[in-house]
Amino acid sequence: MNAIEVKNISKNYFPKESGKFVGIGERSILQNGSNLNSPLGVGGISFDVKRGEIFGLIGPDGAGKTTIFRILTTLLLPDQGTASVDGFDVVADYKEIRNRVGYMPGRFSLYQDLTVEENLNFFATVFNTTIEENYELVKDIYQQIEPFKKRRAGKLSGGMKQKLALCCALIHKPSVLFLDEPTTGVDPVSRKEFWGMLKKLKEQGITILVSTPYMDEASQCDRIALIQNGEFLKIDTPDTIIEQYRNKLWAVKSDSMYKLLTDLRANEQTKNCFAFGDKHHVSIDNIQLTISGLKELLEKKGHLNIDIKEIEPTIEDCFMQLIQG
Amino acid sequence: MDDKIQQNTTKVITAENLTKKFGHFTAVDNISFEVERGEIFGFLGANGAGKTTAMRMLCGLSIPTSGTGLVAGYDIENQTELVKKSIGYMSQKFSLYDDLKVWENIELFGGIYGMKDKEIKVKTDELMKVLNFENERDKLVGSLPLGFKQKLAFSVSIFHTPRVVFLDEPTGGVDPITRRQFWELIYDATSKGITVFVTTHYMDEAEYCDRVSIMVDGRIEALDSPKNLKKQFHANSMDEVFQQLARKSTRLAD
Repeated sequence: MNAIEVKNISKNYFPKESGKFVGIGERSILQNGSNLNSPLGVGGISFDVKRGEIFGLIGPDGAGKTTIFRILTTLLLPDQGTASVDGFDVVADYKEIRNRVGYMPGRFSLYQDLTVEENLNFFATVFNTTIEENYELVKDIYQQIEPFKKRRAGKLSGGMKQKLALCCALIHKPSVLFLDEPTTGVDPVSRKEFWGMLKKLKEQGITILVSTPYMDEASQCDRIALIQNGEFLKIDTPDTIIEQYRNKLWAVKSDSMYKLLTDLRANEQTKNCFAFGDKHHVSIDNIQLTISGLKELLEKKGHLNIDIKEIEPTIEDCFMQLIQG
Repeated sequence: MDDKIQQNTTKVITAENLTKKFGHFTAVDNISFEVERGEIFGFLGANGAGKTTAMRMLCGLSIPTSGTGLVAGYDIENQTELVKKSIGYMSQKFSLYDDLKVWENIELFGGIYGMKDKEIKVKTDELMKVLNFENERDKLVGSLPLGFKQKLAFSVSIFHTPRVVFLDEPTGGVDPITRRQFWELIYDATSKGITVFVTTHYMDEAEYCDRVSIMVDGRIEALDSPKNLKKQFHANSMDEVFQQLARKSTRLAD
């Protein structure tokens, strides 16, 4: 049995009669020959998360990540389709699911007027347990905020709030952990630390569904779903998605980077070209074009100190290729 | 008088020993730096390093405990209203009013900055063309996709042609293509002489800045071009530079 199973789920926040759609699973409904007004059409989005897996939902704001979280944590009813968590149906068995899962919403949702310790105690009590009973599970994380246990949650810095929220989501020893954008707005160092904590939780057998808008975090997941406008672009391991990148990809540098971007885009053999830190990533359609060939072209345009290297695509390259179709 | 200031100096921001204390806590600890006209200045630091406090002082919203600062030629302690008039500001959290239409937002902000009605009208037409937004003009901002909103918010923040625009994590949560289009708008603004002061958690974006400062525990620990910083720290990317510096932090509050 998978930890999470989602079949043909869709959700439209607009009423059916409006003819408008904001939510998840619209396009795949239409593609499957059904339409918005059909009461039980097939289509929608589907995916499974295996037990003990870290599964990432990767996509920008507004892609539908939170909608999926809310359906799986039984806070929102889907329009169609079925989903189960730990074998329990999200509609019929909602009470059972609520006892078993931990949920850290995107927006900080602890009690600002309670202290660190009081918040943790509160969540333990709500789930009929005590801090002591599951202390081992949260110990590593809680020890980092323990010096501030008498401080009110509202007075904590961003990084500490995030750690406290994770502790509160874990204190009843959930079998599945839902983390909605836990690293958004968090600096790169704290983000790395946070992923380290998730790896440790995985070792303890907890299944984790986590979302992020940071593409560079994809490689930390066992499998990912790339999501945009309420639809999955791809579900697979990060390595497989990278292997499936369709074009040659080169990283290009010269002394005049802004001009280089325009010149590369104007080149007919360029499929697309984007700035990537101190280099531009160019995907090349034409298999005959060689690195020295492109170098020559750029020299003719007056570029100096040209450096071109073939590179392995990142998940961000793959995402951009997929949304450009 | 305004023009005089602009001619006399190429420095748009000057901070000298700027410090802000809250009780016993020193949020910003004696920072000094200068930003040139037309420069893209990246202001980096870990959560809690003091970036927001420093930015609030430069925008005339918080008075320094000690030290001095000039923004667009005005003193950030005694001329806060003049500072506010000469800058633009945009953040991921607050930018535009969702329940006003696109043109209404532009008119509102143009009006607040004292622009004439006619000027607002002409420039609105221009802007809608440049952004390819002519069909969105009468739509509520709340109904636009995030990427549209962020591009519009940036354009509104420089609508009154400020000397310098402060961008606080402008691209958070935006899809990778829109994020890159956003940076193209930034380049375009600097080509018109607008100075850009920007914070970000995307380290690839740090590479797009002319110079970058990195704050650790209230102090500026490094300040140079991305190229020189990478050389100085023997790093291949700005992410490595950042990781090396931010790990030095001893500030327990974060």
